[in-house]
Amino acid sequence: MFRFLVQRLLGAALILFVVFTVTFFLFFAMPDDPARLSCGKTCTPETLALIRRDLGLDASVPMQYWHYIVGVFAGRDFGSSHCSAPCLGYSFVNHEPVLDTLLDRFPATLSLALGASVIFLGGGIMIGMLAALRRGTWLDKSTMAFSLIGASVTIQFLGVIARYVLVDELRWLPKPEYLPFTDDPGGWTGGLLLPWLTLACVQAAVYARLTRASMIDALGEDHVRTVRAKGLTSRQVYFKHAWRGAITPVVTVYGIELGVLLGGAVVTETTFNIPGIGKLAVNAVANSDLPMITGVVLIAATAMVLANVAVDAVYAVIDPRVRV
Amino acid sequence: MTPPLLAVRDLRVRFATEGGVVKAVDGVSFDVERGRTLGIVGESGSGKSVTNLTLLGLHNPARTTIEGSAVLDGTELVGAPERTLRDLRGQRVSMVFQDPLTALSPYFTVGAQIVETYRRHTGAGRREAKARAVEMLDRVGIPQPERRAREYPHQFSGGMRQRAMIAMALVCDPDLLIADEPTTALDVTVQAQILDLLAELQEQLGTAIILVTHDLGVVADVADDVLVMYAGRAVEFGPVAEVLDTPRHPYTRGLLASVPRLSDALDRPLQPVPGSPPSLLDPPSGCAFHPRCAHAVDGPEAPCRTVLPLLTRAQAASGGSGHAAACHLEAAPGTAAPTDLQGATP
Repeated sequence: MFRFLVQRLLGAALILFVVFTVTFFLFFAMPDDPARLSCGKTCTPETLALIRRDLGLDASVPMQYWHYIVGVFAGRDFGSSHCSAPCLGYSFVNHEPVLDTLLDRFPATLSLALGASVIFLGGGIMIGMLAALRRGTWLDKSTMAFSLIGASVTIQFLGVIARYVLVDELRWLPKPEYLPFTDDPGGWTGGLLLPWLTLACVQAAVYARLTRASMIDALGEDHVRTVRAKGLTSRQVYFKHAWRGAITPVVTVYGIELGVLLGGAVVTETTFNIPGIGKLAVNAVANSDLPMITGVVLIAATAMVLANVAVDAVYAVIDPRVRV
Repeated sequence: MTPPLLAVRDLRVRFATEGGVVKAVDGVSFDVERGRTLGIVGESGSGKSVTNLTLLGLHNPARTTIEGSAVLDGTELVGAPERTLRDLRGQRVSMVFQDPLTALSPYFTVGAQIVETYRRHTGAGRREAKARAVEMLDRVGIPQPERRAREYPHQFSGGMRQRAMIAMALVCDPDLLIADEPTTALDVTVQAQILDLLAELQEQLGTAIILVTHDLGVVADVADDVLVMYAGRAVEFGPVAEVLDTPRHPYTRGLLASVPRLSDALDRPLQPVPGSPPSLLDPPSGCAFHPRCAHAVDGPEAPCRTVLPLLTRAQAASGGSGHAAACHLEAAPGTAAPTDLQGATP
């Protein structure tokens, strides 16, 4: 198991390096000149040259690539400001090292992703299992019809309606906002409740349908028939044996999903005005804040890669055939 | 005469499909005696596996209807509540399936799967059940059973996996073992070992065996009696030596003729039974085999085409051994008074 994890982490590091390199060179393919953007409206050629030198943009492209890599491991200076290791660049717009901004925004995204995950995984898997076990009954048909509706609505639509009804009119839920967990756990939960539920509602539908389909497949497998032929009770057949086969596709899809969510739930964060990575990415693109865009891409890639390592580890726990 | 261990009478199984009703099993009767082996032979789709799965209630109840009777040692299986069947499964009747790789759970160790069966039916403690599992693995000829019990099925070879499957099936010392094509997925050399093992265990434990197969060689090796099925019906039944030596149904003769032999000339072409099995959605009228039968009497009014032949034993021909065939040509007047097996009481 240890060897397995070390291998996967080394592979992950390699992938991140490739992603970083590609993003870095894409950065230079963009039409905007970062120094010009940073310079502002009244820009003399002298100031421009100064900014260019401060930001290290006067060096050749391979040298800039080298400086960036050195910065990641040893830190670097941008003019008078220092960016300590690991330095992912310096935002011309915020006048702040990129990593500081990312770290500042990440907790909101993490809170949103994990809280919603608990709700949509728990709810989706439970509904899907029930529908599979009661296949063909009204319970199956009605939950699947509802989940089709759930999977079809979009967050910006559902979120706005839910906010109007549940928060503004009925006052059942507090106003959606992000308060750091460490400052105010109660406010953290309350403020995120509506974003969680909205995101989970759309996602749970997908997981319910996926779980139902894979559970039905699993119930048709030979080894499940063997377990029935051994005289085990339905409960043992379903919850000791069949679910193991059914959960694998769910874990696969969730691994990808978690990576996406940790890279920023753009729509949810924008709808509920949560200062996370997703909103940061939108703003960075709007401002042509290129180092910030690179940083967001890197953090999203890291999240995706780590989520996949986690999924591989979970596979190994579920299925002994993966361990060898 | 003691009643048979399992007496199946006029078993009918129908599946509701989108194309209509499939008569998967259409009035099959047979007996299984204690400690003996019944071979059930037939092509794919002849109903041989379905017969056995439905006996244990392992079919999809929503789409299946079962009629007739199957009495296991005084207990009626057809229409029995799930609870009754569940208690029988694995304890009094157990099954070995075709492909042990897919039939064993990949998620649990071999030992754990045997322990689970044993504890379900005996209520034995963990330690006792574990010892029993190791004992069974040893008994089916798995070397280092203690260590192998802690391994997963994918770490076993095909033959070893099937041995483990047999160990699991026999752990509760059942009266009847249903082996559904137990050697089909295995190498030829391993096939013989598994068949020998089954015969050996039967001798030691006195378990009756139903061996479902399409391989007449397997039947010749291990079965005492043989039931030949075609299109969901029994077409011939009798002691294995008699059926294979003097087959009385044209289908059985065709099956035997299709088996190549080492003594055949090298350039002798294979002799398959002509045609293909009929659709069970719309089986042929009369004798279901008549479209493929070389001996079928022609003409729109001929019995082969219009009358369903019953499984009858011609006593003069078989000497009262129970050899019976469902063929109009066999039951022709003058041979003997046919006895209807379906009238026999369990």
